[in-house]
Amino acid sequence: MLIYLIGLGMGILSGLAIGGGTLLVPALVFFVHVPQQTAQGICLASFIPTALVAVLTHLRQKNVDLKLAFSLTIGSLVGALVGSTLANHVDAALLKKMFGMFLFYMGVYEVLRSLQKRVRP
Amino acid sequence: MHFSSGDLLRLGSIGVLTGLINGLLGIGGGTILIPAMVFLLKKEQHIAHGTSLAVILPTAIVSTVVYHANSQIDWSLALKIALSGMVGGYLGAKLMEQIPATSLRRIFGIFMAAAGLRMIF
Repeated sequence: MLIYLIGLGMGILSGLAIGGGTLLVPALVFFVHVPQQTAQGICLASFIPTALVAVLTHLRQKNVDLKLAFSLTIGSLVGALVGSTLANHVDAALLKKMFGMFLFYMGVYEVLRSLQKRVRP
Repeated sequence: MHFSSGDLLRLGSIGVLTGLINGLLGIGGGTILIPAMVFLLKKEQHIAHGTSLAVILPTAIVSTVVYHANSQIDWSLALKIALSGMVGGYLGAKLMEQIPATSLRRIFGIFMAAAGLRMIF
């Protein structure tokens, strides 16, 4: 039951365009007690179906710059291979700290942007 | 749109960084990609959103394959999160007009920063 509540809550945040994915990882680590890597893997896998629907919608609405997407994807696929291989070979405690630093920075960034009263890109 | 070698270097670096974050931390990468497209590449907001998702989808698939190869994906949990997440996403999108996103974003920014600190220490 808890897992569905977490999914529902994170989904609502995503729907509101507030980074739901970023909070899914700590929610899984703290409440479901899965290792850091598994939490990240679940986050990645569960993102795929929603992203697929979103991409198809954006394509239909002509919101995708295909040439730009293609150029960026070449680099991002290389980065993904390196990054995920690295993630699966470091200690879970270290990875958790790295994730924590990123999350802390993102949180501060969100607060500062909300104080500026501007729409976040 | 013609790309100069400077553009290619810039696009390549943004792409690799996005992929690295995606693979290493298991989160989208839109947090890097969308501001990069808006501020560095001067793309319009909605194009940046659509294009970012089109880049992140294949990136997340590659990362998922690597995590799966390392037995770090609990597919049963991922499925439950994906399903409840979709329901939540729909609710969140519906709620968007009624909820003051700025103050909510600030609250969740504080949540993120706190969760980040908790993960570091």
